[in-house]
Amino acid sequence: MPIKPKATKSVAKQTAKKTITKKATLDFVGGWSYAPSPESKDHIRLEKKYGHFINGEFVKPSAGKYMATHSPSTEEHLADVALGDAADVDKAVKAARKAYDTVWSKMPASERGKYLYRIARMIQERARELSVIESMDGGKSIRESRDIDIPIAAAHFFYYAGWADKLEYAFPNRTVTSVGVAGQIIPWNFPLLMAAWKIAPALACGNTVVLKPAETTPLTALKLAEIIRDCGLPPGVVNIVTGDGRAGAALVSHPDIDKIAFTGSTDVGKIIQKAIAGTNKKITLELGGKAANIIFEDAPIDQAVEGIINGIFFNQGHVCCAGSRLFVQEGIADKVIRKLKDRMETLVVGDPLDKNTDIGAINSREQLDKINHYLKLGVKEGAEMWQSSCAVPRKGNFCRPTIFLHASQSHRIVQEEIFGPVLAIQTFRTVEEVLEKANNTPYGLSAGVWTDKGSKIFNMTSRLRAGVVWANTYNKFDPTSPFGGYKESGFGREGGLHGLLPYVNLK
Amino acid sequence: MSRIGILKTYKIYIGGQFPRTESGRYYPLENKQGEVIANICLSSRKDFRNAVVAARGAFAGWSGRSAYNRSQILYRIAEMLEGRSAQFIEELILTGSTRAAAEKELHQAIDRLVYYAGWCDKYTQIFSSVNPVQSSHFNFSVPEPTGVVAVSAPQDSSLLGLVSVIAPILAGGNVCIVLAAEKKPLAAITFAEVLATSDLPGGVINILTGKTKEILPQMASHMDVNAVVWAGNSAEEIKQTQETGAVNVKRIFNWTKNDWTSAQAQNPYLIFDLQEIKTTWHPIENIGTSGAKY
Repeated sequence: MPIKPKATKSVAKQTAKKTITKKATLDFVGGWSYAPSPESKDHIRLEKKYGHFINGEFVKPSAGKYMATHSPSTEEHLADVALGDAADVDKAVKAARKAYDTVWSKMPASERGKYLYRIARMIQERARELSVIESMDGGKSIRESRDIDIPIAAAHFFYYAGWADKLEYAFPNRTVTSVGVAGQIIPWNFPLLMAAWKIAPALACGNTVVLKPAETTPLTALKLAEIIRDCGLPPGVVNIVTGDGRAGAALVSHPDIDKIAFTGSTDVGKIIQKAIAGTNKKITLELGGKAANIIFEDAPIDQAVEGIINGIFFNQGHVCCAGSRLFVQEGIADKVIRKLKDRMETLVVGDPLDKNTDIGAINSREQLDKINHYLKLGVKEGAEMWQSSCAVPRKGNFCRPTIFLHASQSHRIVQEEIFGPVLAIQTFRTVEEVLEKANNTPYGLSAGVWTDKGSKIFNMTSRLRAGVVWANTYNKFDPTSPFGGYKESGFGREGGLHGLLPYVNLK
Repeated sequence: MSRIGILKTYKIYIGGQFPRTESGRYYPLENKQGEVIANICLSSRKDFRNAVVAARGAFAGWSGRSAYNRSQILYRIAEMLEGRSAQFIEELILTGSTRAAAEKELHQAIDRLVYYAGWCDKYTQIFSSVNPVQSSHFNFSVPEPTGVVAVSAPQDSSLLGLVSVIAPILAGGNVCIVLAAEKKPLAAITFAEVLATSDLPGGVINILTGKTKEILPQMASHMDVNAVVWAGNSAEEIKQTQETGAVNVKRIFNWTKNDWTSAQAQNPYLIFDLQEIKTTWHPIENIGTSGAKY
């Protein structure tokens, strides 16, 4: 397989055609095309129908209703999964409570940890199957599910496994106790990874859980249920109820839940926060974002361009911490935008299972409609839209990588989270100006800064009001690294030592 | 003929100044015998909004002070409080304390300020981490102040309770708007005079007097308030605050269970409540297999 070359300005248009050159000589200038390189699906095991995973086994939904889950790229029907309701949730919570009272809270912490290590290992063993299913069900490129989602999910279990018997060292001068039964609701953008982020710290701290995967991406969570079962985890410690928002609502309002952890949109986060008012439920919210990615004149420009690309086009832009607002210092704006366009022309949009694919399928028709709505809106508001000229499959939900030039603070494409491969670009002159603009948003999840000047980095990183700040890098994640937002991007942290806090009571 | 004494006008404290409430309203404060001892400002929601503007304006400056400087200012507040002991004791007695109880409360309040003065340049070290990520990056997490905090002060412990909720908020670099105990506001008003002479920048702490029922909903709904600390008495109050506060994902803390006279009521975890954790990443140059790590 040829190494992907950096496109230069002159070849941007040719690259787009993706035709195989017939010249016999080696062409280092023209665009290269790629032979299809799809990951094989033949080794994965998918049932036709999945029930809920409650009390250690797959059970039929109490109302007998199922929903279909499709591939957003091929539109192929992948499986039917249970459509959960309040009765299913109640059953799962009861199982979790029983497991908490009788087994999990009484087990020596080091033994709890060993179960988590087992889960981590088994995720690694079945990594390839999980990656393929993740890309089939969610639409993300196999390169990302294989190299990022699944390995980090396993690493998360591995990291928190080790905390289980060391909690007394995490919070000085405090006695740590578990919270009880955690209700966890996760989004569709990183289905297995989010399940790991939620389940691993909860279990390590001695809690039991009821997890509700996203409606459009339930399959890897159900595969995780198989792994959990195969690991011999005591029944009821982890319960997984699939379904739509109704199952989520039932979980939030269930009186026997001690803690709610939600990752998703800010709108739904606010509804959940409101719904549990007056109860003793602990809560953490990881909500939306509209991150500023700031490029200074003294930045390493080629690296910064890679950072912009990774910031907004990683996972089709379905990332709450995506660098969706680009701020480029005026003096280099033309150069950066030119290089950015060139680089965008090299991005391959298409089959998520193809190893050459950079940008896979948009997760659902609904989400694609939302993105398209914003594209129209951006143009209507007066920003200048530019899209790469890449070929896009006819079938399935796809969106070309898109940038908006001449965007301004008041534009809705600048203010609102689009959750797609859409970047709004603004320019700035001074540090004060860009800080004011970057912080002038209700969100505060993440930010990026690009400059080779150390003191400027620290000035920026300390004054940006966001929970994760990437300097001269972007969209990096690690189990040891706390993640979470300021302001309306939510509260509480996931990952690292700080990620234990939502799952413990301190006395 | 004996000299006619000067009666004190009790005012609120916003942006380092002592205005009367813009509403012109008041409520009479009575002593145990039912005699009116003062006319107290019945602050309005406009007063609250003005206080939020003052607090927001003071945030960058206060959170940007060095921890050492914040520490010295908290210590200075303790010094000023000690110097005004006699006045506080008299006012606590006026609002129902015995002399012994008033003295004890004052002394604990002073000591509490000293306790938190000491934490200003230490809690960061307790709650920070350097995170050993797999990739070649330097990655660290530090606490940063949440921002503008609205506080419904304890109703029973009018000086010690007040100091106990303000001090950890202040030590952590936040700014606040405090609604004083409704029936015992004198200590809070005089405490504002202490703050005004302690090198504390105007707007960092703003103190209002008035009715919880009127001001608390404003605290919960204001879009430029980041957090609410509630130490009141009614379950309905906290429920409504949590409900309304969801409007901008406010951090809402119920500190009411604390017995402010106990040693347990002072700890750095109260500072930590009003902190956000920020994680910063930066690549480490990694040539060949040299593999520098932290």
